[in-house]
Amino acid sequence: MNGFLMTNAPALLIMLPLIGAFATPFIGRVSPRVRSAWVLLIMTLTTLTALLLASDVFLNGTQIYVFGAANPDLAIPLDSGGIPIRIIFTVDAMSALMQVIGAITGFAVLLYSISADRIHSGLESFYTLFLLMIAGIMGMVSTGDLFNFFVFLEILSISSAGLIAYRIDGGLAVEAALKYFILSTIGAMVILIGIGIYYGEYNALNIAMIASRMQFTLLDQIALVLIIAALAMKCGSVPMHFWTPDAYSMAPSSITAMLVVASQASLYGLFRVVFTLYNVTLNAMTVGWIIIILGVLSMVVGVTMAIPQKNVKRLMAYHAISQTGYMLLGVGVGLAVLGNQPLMESFGYIAMEGGIFHIINHAMYKGLLFLTAGAIFFRIGTYNLNKMGGLGHSMKYTMIFFIIGALAIAGIPPFNGFASKLMIYESVFAFNPVLAVIAMVVSILTLASFVKVFHSIFMGPKLPEYETVQEAPVPMLIGMGVLAAIVILFGLFPQPVVDGLIAPAAHALADQSGYIAAVLGGA
Amino acid sequence: MMDLFASLSTGTGYWNPLAWLLATVVAAVIVYLIWRRGESGYKKGTIQTTPFISGNPEPDKGMVHIRASNLYWGYLDALKGYYDFIVPAHTGIVNDYVLWYLGVTAALIIVVVVFV
Repeated sequence: MNGFLMTNAPALLIMLPLIGAFATPFIGRVSPRVRSAWVLLIMTLTTLTALLLASDVFLNGTQIYVFGAANPDLAIPLDSGGIPIRIIFTVDAMSALMQVIGAITGFAVLLYSISADRIHSGLESFYTLFLLMIAGIMGMVSTGDLFNFFVFLEILSISSAGLIAYRIDGGLAVEAALKYFILSTIGAMVILIGIGIYYGEYNALNIAMIASRMQFTLLDQIALVLIIAALAMKCGSVPMHFWTPDAYSMAPSSITAMLVVASQASLYGLFRVVFTLYNVTLNAMTVGWIIIILGVLSMVVGVTMAIPQKNVKRLMAYHAISQTGYMLLGVGVGLAVLGNQPLMESFGYIAMEGGIFHIINHAMYKGLLFLTAGAIFFRIGTYNLNKMGGLGHSMKYTMIFFIIGALAIAGIPPFNGFASKLMIYESVFAFNPVLAVIAMVVSILTLASFVKVFHSIFMGPKLPEYETVQEAPVPMLIGMGVLAAIVILFGLFPQPVVDGLIAPAAHALADQSGYIAAVLGGA
Repeated sequence: MMDLFASLSTGTGYWNPLAWLLATVVAAVIVYLIWRRGESGYKKGTIQTTPFISGNPEPDKGMVHIRASNLYWGYLDALKGYYDFIVPAHTGIVNDYVLWYLGVTAALIIVVVVFV
């Protein structure tokens, strides 16, 4: 039984949320309580599968799953002419890490959402789309096939757009969803053109196969740019970030927390393409600097645009852009020195580890911050910071969770944000000190911004209009508590996390030959 | 067996959050000891705890709280030139979003094809 589960875990990661999604409208007809139990069951099973698969991958190495094959690890059928023609999931340490991020955040968000969104109608559709979103994320980070990546990207985009528009909100949410959808569709079409170029050139869609044949021709260069730009836009990188504050601020808070992970799935795609598909065939320094510049722009513009915001979710959305910049910076520095082994050993791997560590840290503390914003909205019905104040008197636990998230995002010890930022600062300093200084200044501005938010929401006397406000419901607190606990634990014990999860992911990302060998068997 | 309490290696240095936590606890104890030597005649709920505004009556609670828009006025004023450019760039119009995206794509194609 255990062997069957482990062998089929990559497929189960997609199958469970898909079955859960399509059954939810029917099960929801029984009663809201049964629907909630069903969705929670599906999410719990998905999370357990992701954790099981991750433990297997971190212990035993990359796992592949070939759909429709007689044997799940038979990547190349005997009569295929040496081409992996079937859909293959390739789960290396980087994929496993992203699956864990998606699963844990999804689980915490669902716990929160069952309480926070219960007052709304149309919840069958809401949770159907939520589970489709999970399936999209899991598929994007698991697949070893580029066309499949496009399909899961579309599943994720369509479900996300539906969820952003869910509350309508006088048409504003629908407008935000439409903007997101238009950009996502154009981006996905451009990615499809890039994939078409690879298919035309290399007669394959499998990432490992294309990587093994990569020539880096002019067409490959164009395909690289098309895919990098589209995925950078999807992950909210400046100056293609404009959809992010609109979509993040108008989506229900539980969905905003998931949108953070959805953006990170695009970030994963970007890293997968440059490291696994191209690796040293490209001019790593030039492309590395492109990613670094996108990162620096995201950090600076994100945080400076956050400071004057008056809508707390819009403010947090700009911070999400800013934090994405740190990830791009760290991994970009790793890419810039890729192929130069002494520099990789000196600071390249640490920079990549810092950037990748920041992905999981950001998912946890930013998810937590969006959930606290949602809890506040749940009680007082506004996101407008000018209308808030004194809520620390009545929402003490929410305030504590907010403080944990705010200190983590600002890079204050001993929370997780500090650990990953420290790795980024020190490794980036060795590459280019100016970049490290910019990163530190951005952290200071982040702290300043969250001091403003903390003061505006929680400090001051209890305002007359909020005399009767109560603490957020317990299930919402549990959802926030799960993320807050991870923020603290990752901050207090960073090295085991780096050793156990992050370093294997960074090395798997940089190790193109290992990825190819896992699929093609060293062919 | 993984060392749970291992210091975080940053390539050029180390960071041990538990040592930092220990130092924080020591600092907190020192702060507490200093605090204990403070004024002991403080009584909650008496005139000692009401605000003194030169004899004027205390405004409504809602008027006392400094709202978000009133924070960081100096910072925003100092960077007015930057914000006068960057805020209007966020037009909220989807056509502009698409143009930025396509513009960046075109610029990247030029950079990659020329420099790679």
